[in-house]
Amino acid sequence: MHRLPPQVKVVALLVFVIAVVAIPREAFWAHALAGCLIAGVMILAELPAGFVARRMLVEVPILVFALLLPFFGQEPTTQVLGLTLSVEGLWGAWTIIAKATIGVGASVVVSATTTIPDIIRGLDRIRVPRVITAIAGFMVRYLDIVAGEFARRRVAMASRGYEPRWPWQGGPLAHSAGSLFIRSYERGERVHQAMVARGFTGRMPAYGDQPASLREWAIGLSVPAAAAILVLLSVTVIR
Amino acid sequence: MHIPDGFLNGAASAGTAVVAAGGLGYSIKRAGAYLQDNRIALTGLVAAFIFALQMLNFPVAAGTSGHLLGGALAVILVGPWLGITAVSVVVIVQALLLADGGISALGANVLNMALVTGFVGWVVFRTMVKILPRSWTTVLVSTFTAALASVVASSIAFVIEYAFGGRGNVDVATVLAAMAGVHFLIGIGEGLISSAMVGAAATRPELIAGVQDLDLLDKEKKKVRAGAWGFAAAGLAVAVLLVMVVAPLASEEPDGLERAAIDQGFADSAEDHVLAESPLADYGVSGVEDEATGTRLSGLIGVLITFGVGAAIVGAFVMMRKRSTTPL
Repeated sequence: MHRLPPQVKVVALLVFVIAVVAIPREAFWAHALAGCLIAGVMILAELPAGFVARRMLVEVPILVFALLLPFFGQEPTTQVLGLTLSVEGLWGAWTIIAKATIGVGASVVVSATTTIPDIIRGLDRIRVPRVITAIAGFMVRYLDIVAGEFARRRVAMASRGYEPRWPWQGGPLAHSAGSLFIRSYERGERVHQAMVARGFTGRMPAYGDQPASLREWAIGLSVPAAAAILVLLSVTVIR
Repeated sequence: MHIPDGFLNGAASAGTAVVAAGGLGYSIKRAGAYLQDNRIALTGLVAAFIFALQMLNFPVAAGTSGHLLGGALAVILVGPWLGITAVSVVVIVQALLLADGGISALGANVLNMALVTGFVGWVVFRTMVKILPRSWTTVLVSTFTAALASVVASSIAFVIEYAFGGRGNVDVATVLAAMAGVHFLIGIGEGLISSAMVGAAATRPELIAGVQDLDLLDKEKKKVRAGAWGFAAAGLAVAVLLVMVVAPLASEEPDGLERAAIDQGFADSAEDHVLAESPLADYGVSGVEDEATGTRLSGLIGVLITFGVGAAIVGAFVMMRKRSTTPL
């Protein structure tokens, strides 16, 4: 898992998630199998359970939304444990929870086993426009700097007794972000000048970048292939 | 705001992906003027900046919190095409690295959070800045309005996608009311923060793409006071007029519960936000059960409250600037 070329993993992730979305909602077993598939890959990649759980937390707001659906759905309704719930709402909640969980799981596997520069290099190899990958590369490179500077400013404010608690106290925070924009912009200009001075012509040099072998493609695509088979099976069973 | 996998069905995912790819492709092409200059590092830093901004959560109401979308801010600071490209990159990276937003919903997320916010934000901002007297007050008020409109437009875009391809079959009017209502509050927060940031960036006005051609540097001092009052009256009049005309139109949408009627209704709301009336459209919605007069009334109240908030902010800024420009 960790050693597969990044472009293989990105393509596999894309195909897998599209396949999972395409599984008919009545096919509970197909969702369960797809979930097991991802869990299996996680175990194979030896991802620590706590780490996976923490990364899955991004899903929480969605789950809350999904759990509300049965209460706000339209007729017809059904009785579950004394509650009147919308049938369509229940289906919606199930679909969103199942597919979102599997999708987030798949993304976690890829992002946990691939370094960020590798993912961007992978995108480059599958012909994502260079402008996008180049911007993404710089973004990732400077994210820590910008976020770190912002955090330091907050610390500086807090240490001077300023701890905003209400939205209308956020002014100085926004002010500091505004001056941070100016600094980011100026830094960007300087970085670009430094790059030009060192012979930058618009293309980042790629080191150690090799095309993926057929075998690696086969390994990587086996997971989405299994998901695609699940789609075909479930569609035929339901029909 | 990030749509996860499984939220939209296949057709809606594919449709939004096509639209998003087209829009992003066009933005990249238009951003070429900058990128030919190879100022990619600059755009990357702007993207990093917006990424960091999106981590900034602020409380909205009763337990919910919203984060900045940053679309309007981005286009005002670096121009529409570069801004849209930067926010799109942020959304793509979030989906791939942080599992925030589904892979299959990437098209919808880019559409809602980069294209819609960027486009609406830019159109609102430039329209206001061109019409209103040229001053920093105008710039700040326009930024506030553009950010607010962009967030509400983004939530309406979400509802449209939900109506066509959402799962769960919740009454679309309910979703619209809930989303537009919550995002109106988020939009106010976004507007405040955005205008405060543009205000802080005003030390280097030549760097702010949205005001580069406005020549604010010399005229600023003379026009601030005269402009503010003229603007206030004109803006309020326009807003009241729009509420009276637009809000009753918008209130008709949720009455049609059948899909066909909904489709019809969306034509209205789409027009609304192109014209930058999304906050008002929202007010029309919040008066769902009311009759046209009730809707007008609620819209009117909303406009007055918004205006009051806006005026208070502007007042604060004017005072702050007065303080900072007093001679040493």
